[in-house]
Amino acid sequence: MCLKRNPACRSSAYAPNTCLMANKADFTEEQGAKGLVLRVSGRLTLSGLGDLPQRLDAVDAPAAQIDIGAVERVDTVGAWIVHQFSGRTGAQIVGASEEAKRLMALVSRSQTDVRVRPEPLNPVVRVVTEVGDATVIALRTLLGLVAFFGAILISSWDIIRHPRRLRINAIVHRFELVGVKALGIIGLMSFLIGIVIAQQGAVQLQQFGAEALTVNLVGRITTRELGVLMTAIMVAGRSGSAFAAQLGTMKLTEEIDAMRTIGVSPIEALVIPRMMAAVIMMPLLGFYATLVSIFGGGLFCWVSLEIPPITFVQRLQEVIPITDLWVGLLKAPVFGAIIALSGCFQGMQVEGNAEDVGLRTTSAVVQAIFLVIVLDAFFAVFFSQIGWI
Amino acid sequence: MDLNAPIAIKVRGICNRFGDQVIHDGVDLDVRNGEILGVVGGSGTGKSVLMRTIIGLQRPSAGTIEIFGEPMTDEEDEAQLDLRRRWGVMFQGGALFSTLTVAENVQVPLREFYPNLSQKLLDEIASYKVVMTGLPANAAAKYPSELSGGMRKRAGLARALALDPRLLFLDEPTAGLDPISAAGFDELTKDLSKTLGLTVFLITHDLDTLHAICDRVAVLADQKVVAVGTIPELLATDHPWIQDYFNGPRGRAAQSAVDRHMAKGA
Repeated sequence: MCLKRNPACRSSAYAPNTCLMANKADFTEEQGAKGLVLRVSGRLTLSGLGDLPQRLDAVDAPAAQIDIGAVERVDTVGAWIVHQFSGRTGAQIVGASEEAKRLMALVSRSQTDVRVRPEPLNPVVRVVTEVGDATVIALRTLLGLVAFFGAILISSWDIIRHPRRLRINAIVHRFELVGVKALGIIGLMSFLIGIVIAQQGAVQLQQFGAEALTVNLVGRITTRELGVLMTAIMVAGRSGSAFAAQLGTMKLTEEIDAMRTIGVSPIEALVIPRMMAAVIMMPLLGFYATLVSIFGGGLFCWVSLEIPPITFVQRLQEVIPITDLWVGLLKAPVFGAIIALSGCFQGMQVEGNAEDVGLRTTSAVVQAIFLVIVLDAFFAVFFSQIGWI
Repeated sequence: MDLNAPIAIKVRGICNRFGDQVIHDGVDLDVRNGEILGVVGGSGTGKSVLMRTIIGLQRPSAGTIEIFGEPMTDEEDEAQLDLRRRWGVMFQGGALFSTLTVAENVQVPLREFYPNLSQKLLDEIASYKVVMTGLPANAAAKYPSELSGGMRKRAGLARALALDPRLLFLDEPTAGLDPISAAGFDELTKDLSKTLGLTVFLITHDLDTLHAICDRVAVLADQKVVAVGTIPELLATDHPWIQDYFNGPRGRAAQSAVDRHMAKGA
């Protein structure tokens, strides 16, 4: 009974009978002339069910009748439970209102065994399938990447033969996005990395009384490796992802198809400008990053190791061979090309829905950074083999 | 339609604005219990915004809303939660959770509000709801991405009906469906609303839907509801948008389709 105004009863003005007797569903068992009779009362609805389903399941004697005449309200869940009970025990349903009959007719349509979950796979089969799928996808991606690179080369050749088709405006615009706008973040990152290398190096070298060698450490590692490598990682995260997301969205909205039908080659209009921007901007950004790192390292040396800036610069000149600079700057455009290639490639692979854009953007960054580091290892071996140590 | 039926949704003086743009300026609307109310209006007249306001996804800058005689508030208390349980919403694209199967999608609201239901009963409920909305039985185990547009909408409807609501909101249920699927969906909406005693708030652009299943139609224009009534009643008004809408070439085609249908029946 509804003595206090609990939330379920606030609708009294709207539906008086649901509130006057806002009972949970309940049933009593009694022995009738033909056998067990269940008398159900209360609200046979989702919110009024309580433990009724479990209790009904516990009735295992064959029942003759289930009387739902005293039920106040019924919804499809209540109808389903009564219907199931009658199906299981063979009980005859009596006292059903018009509404209850209608609902039971509705729910009884789904007598077929409906599978609710996908068929579970054998774990061994699943592992093998997943490994197989992953291999196929990896090989396809590699093949696609090579094909895409080929398409870019063909388009580039076309542009070399017809230089007027080069989209200068698009390229300059990309220069700004890839290069100029990245100066702040790359500068800050490089400055901090310079300080960290100098500080960590100084701590170790001090143990041998060789803290003056911190200059060699900072100068060579940033020029040869870290300046360009860290820049490449930053550009992959900043611009590679943007390339994938932009092209992916354009693919989704059919802009790229529209371009093709108009006769504009998407590779020429979209990919080449991005590629050129990345290839040209990477050495510049890498050089800038190297300088800022050295500045950071020099500042640390001055403040903490008391090496004055003038000495620092003189020492740099002595210890860094010019080949170190070439090593760094020769790698940079290759890294730029890799970043633009995987960004644009993944963007062009987007199909179907917006979720795919996110997945492809992630793949673009992961792929770009992975390839950059693999190539960097090859470069390291190559340059030491030719004697640029 | 019972003219004296109690009011299921009472909207009074709703104002909505985004920045300088006024979407609604004093919208009044009554949805009667047990009716299918179609809501029409040109693009950008705020049909979806009105629906979002009623179900509490959008906070109006002025005005009140009563559902089954109870005021909607911003509070997140027991009473408001109880109110939310009484409606189901089907969004335009179905808005199914893409990482769950259709059956699991239907079970989400059930689990949320009734954590004590047994897994067996949950599965049974999900499967009869799926069949009830006209999906083939094997669709229950599929993921939304494996379904066609029409099936996705039916699955969205199954989830909207999970809690056996008294009130159903449909946002452009037939948009993007082929005419046969659209007619099938109209039929389903009508059948279910009759069998389950649903009150339906239906946003649509589809003139055929209006003619086929709506008891009344509300017209949104000039930032308010300019007219509510049956289609003949609306035709009798002289609002230019209503005249263009129902008496334009498409409006007349839909009307004559209904007439032909009636003539065949007679």
